Order: sequence, then structure tokens, then C-alpha cells
Amino acid sequence: MEIDPFIFRLSIFILSIFVGYYVVWSVTPSLHTPLMSVTNAISSVIIVGAIIASLAGDSKDIFNTANIFGYLAIILAAVNIFGGFLVTQRMLAMYKKKKKDK
Amino acid sequence: MSANLLAIFYLISGILFILALRGLSSPETSRQGNLFGVIGMVIAIGVTILSIGNFSTGLLYLLIFLLIGGSLGAFIAFKIPMTAMPELVAGFHSLVGLAAVLVAISAFLNPEVFNLGVLGNIKIASLIEMSLGASIGAITFTGSIIAFLKLRGIMSGNPIIFIAQHYVNLFLGLSVAALIFYLCKTQLDSLFWLIIALSFLLGILLIIPIGGADMPVVISMLNSYSGWAAAGIGFTLENTALIITGALVGSSGAILSYIMCKGMNRSFFSVILGGFGGTDQKSSVKSKEQKPVKSGNADDAAFLMKNASSVIIVPGYGMAVAQAQHALKEMVDTLKKNDIKVSYAIHPVAGRMPGHMNVLLAEANVPYDEVFELEEINNDFAKADVAFVIGANDVTNPVAKTDPQSPIYGMPILDVEKCKSVLFVKRSLSPGYAGIDNDLFYKENTLMLFSDAKKMTEDISKALN
Repeated sequence: MEIDPFIFRLSIFILSIFVGYYVVWSVTPSLHTPLMSVTNAISSVIIVGAIIASLAGDSKDIFNTANIFGYLAIILAAVNIFGGFLVTQRMLAMYKKKKKDK
Repeated sequence: MSANLLAIFYLISGILFILALRGLSSPETSRQGNLFGVIGMVIAIGVTILSIGNFSTGLLYLLIFLLIGGSLGAFIAFKIPMTAMPELVAGFHSLVGLAAVLVAISAFLNPEVFNLGVLGNIKIASLIEMSLGASIGAITFTGSIIAFLKLRGIMSGNPIIFIAQHYVNLFLGLSVAALIFYLCKTQLDSLFWLIIALSFLLGILLIIPIGGADMPVVISMLNSYSGWAAAGIGFTLENTALIITGALVGSSGAILSYIMCKGMNRSFFSVILGGFGGTDQKSSVKSKEQKPVKSGNADDAAFLMKNASSVIIVPGYGMAVAQAQHALKEMVDTLKKNDIKVSYAIHPVAGRMPGHMNVLLAEANVPYDEVFELEEINNDFAKADVAFVIGANDVTNPVAKTDPQSPIYGMPILDVEKCKSVLFVKRSLSPGYAGIDNDLFYKENTLMLFSDAKKMTEDISKALN
């Protein structure tokens, strides 16, 4: 008897929910805003789907309907990836500790 | 590249994303965490392109579009003022949602390239996964747009309520479920479009009844949705990185929503059902209007603070609106020069998104170890001489502890009233977002400072010098 690969993916999914649960509870409340912007950035890894949609398939016909949806998704996800990581970086750079020499 | 190797790379980028979140457990490790996130993303994008191995003009277009979106994103990231973070995040959520919808559509139209079968005969499991991903993505998209418009002030923060609203939403939700069922049976593409259209509508209807004060919950909830949408697409594409990320983001958003609800002592469902937090709501104010209030000016406030030995600052959304964080920091610096101990107290739901106040204070160069959460600092109010409330209101209202009739009864509050004296910067006596009068205004030891938050703090700084 063979296990459906779906079950493996489901296992990864459920285990990741648990990982997420414990990791996020350990995030300090003062960093909750950067947490939101970085989760937003990483969820844009959905761009891999957009890349497959736009690159795979018939290479002579690069502007068929499915490809166009892929290209659009690439633009949207790219805004998010760059915007999300950079704005997180910008925020995190502002968090400073008290200077000792006071 | 073999499929197995590819899967391992996706797993690595998934792990890097976990480390990115892990880094946020303290500000020192957070910057490194963000870098892990970036590396994870580069790996995921890189190996996907390599695995397809199609280096035709299509790749050129891909890079161009990547660059267009990327520079737009970078531009926004550098330009956006920190006070506008809530609407920025809402806007970004909408993009993830729409991207999920678009990927689902292209997978539906061109299933061969994703190994999902052929058009008109897509694997049932894939159909379910992609329609769930598309539906949640569509809800995230329109819901986030509404949240964005409300946060931006383009749309009123008042809840929009109509008759049988919740039944309409329930009906729409059930229809989407039924349509997914029929889509699996018939493979009709019109059903797929209908699912997306109804989900767009559902997203709008879900968010319009929710008032401005509940936005921290909404924005966390949409964060969570965008994660589930990504996970749905991850299952469709059989992509581990996407599944891991979706689960992480989904649970992260859910936890944040929970923390926000707890901060307001409201159940998640009462927030979702909405109708709370409008500015036109009035509760039993009646006779209270005439109570005497002590008001003062910047000199009075400066005098009080100069003679204090410890001051606790309580910032709220009003500080963000008035952009008063830098002026506040200057005032605090002057106080410190006079050897006055200053700390900041942040309520979990201060501002319009989780952690909003912390970012603004960090922007104004306030060291993060002077900023405390509610549980950490609440006992200190009794020992402090002056509480300086700037732009906060409901989160300091003692009614939450004393009046079971009050809509905010049971909400954890900052015990500002225990301070020897309270300085309350506010533009007028008008009630806060919950629409209730604040007893604190009428307390013997409260001095109201009626002014714009920024102007008042600047004036106090001048008076202190």
C-alpha cells in the first residue's frame, strides 16, 4: 500500500502550523508590526506559482491568457517582496537600545 | 534540476522563513532574521526559474516585470511614513490576495504546465485546492482594500450595517462551498469565475460592518487569510515552500488576532460580526456632560512634571495622527536632563495595528528598553508621580473595571488613575472610539490639556527649558 503524496504535504502543512504557533508566540510584542510586514513579504513566495505560469508551456506563445495572469501576479508579488522586506528592514533598523554612556 | 533536488531547495527556503520569524523574538536578532527571509526568497525564485530551464524571451519579460514590481515596492517602502504602516500592510495584504487569485486562474486555464491534468479534466483534489486558494485570496483582496480605505480615511471608519447582513454573508459563504462542489463534478469554467466573483463580494461585505477601533483585529485577520490563501495555492502547486509559508503566516495572523481580541476583551466573533466602534454611537452619557473638569496649559504641565521623580507616558492613536512622536521624544529628553525617570506604557490595542506605537517610538529614537507592555508596567502607575496620556483614551478608562454595563467592561486597561496626577492631552472632551465617556477626565487628580498633541508637547518642552 502506498501513501498518497497529498498526505505528506498535509503533514508538512500541519506541522508548520505548530511551528508557526510556537515561533510567533515567542515574538516580542514590540515587534508585532515588523512581524506583520515580514509575514506579508514571505507569503509573496506565491511568486513561484506565477513564474511557473508565465514561463512554462509553449515558449512561442509567451502572451497567451494563462501567461498574462502569471505576469500580472509577478508584478503584484514583486511589489510585496521588495516592499515588504525593505520596509521591515527600515523599521528594524530603528529599534535601538539605550546608550550606556549616560 | 531533478524534482527531488527542487523539493529540497524549497524546503530550505521554508526553513529560512521560519528562522526569519524566529529572529523577531528580540530586536537584536531581528535584522538577521529579515536577511534569512530575503535569502529564502532568492532561493525559491532562483530554483524555480532554473528548474523550468526556459531561457527564452519569456524569461526576459519575467525579469522586466519583476523589476517593475520590485522598484515600485522599494519606492513605497522608502517613502511611506511610519504613521501610515497600518494602511501599507493592509494594501500589501490585498496584493498577496490578488496574486493568489491570479495564480489560481492561470493554473485553472493551463493545468498541464502545473501537472494538474488537462483543461476540463483537472484532478479533483487540485480543483478543490485551487478554488479554495482563489476564494480565500479573493476575500483577502477585497477585504484588505476596504480595510485600506478605512485606515486611510478615504472611507468612513463607521460600521456599515444593513438588515440581515450576517445571513447574506452566510448565504454567500455557503454558495461558494456549494459551487466548489459542483465545480468538481462538472469542471465548468463558469462556476470557477462565479466562485471568484462571489468571494470578491464576500470580502467587501465581511469588512464593511467593522468599525475603526477594531481595525487591529481586522488587519491581523486579513494577514492570516493571506497565509491560508498561499497555503491553498501551495497544495495546488505541490510546493513545500509555499505550504510552509502559508501555514506560518496563517497561524501568525491568527495569533495576532487573538492577542488583539484579548486586549479588548472581546470575542473574535463579536468583532467579525461588527457594528462596534463607530463614532456616532452614544451610550449613557446624559448627566455626565456637566461634570467639572480641570484644564490647564503647558506651563502647568511643565511645573507638575518638573517636580515629579517619575513619569509614565501613555501614547495612543492620537499621537500617530498628530505625528507627535518626535516632539514627545524631545520633551522626554528634557525631563531626563532634570533627572526624572521616564518610561512608556503601551496597551496591546493602542494604535491601528499590533505594535504600531512601538514602531513610532522607535522611529523617534526612543530606546526599546524604555518601552513596556501592559503587564510589565501596570503596577508601576501607583508608584509614579505623573502619567502623561497622549492620544490614548479608551485604554485608560477606569469604567472598564467598575461599570458592568459599559461596552468596554472587562477590557484590560492601563491603571493610569492610580498615578498621583494625570496629564491628559486631548483636543476635546469627546468620547473615544468606543463612544463612551472617560471617567478619568473628571477625576480630582486629572489635568486636561486641550490642544493638538504635537503642539502641546512642544509647548511643554519650551516651558521646561
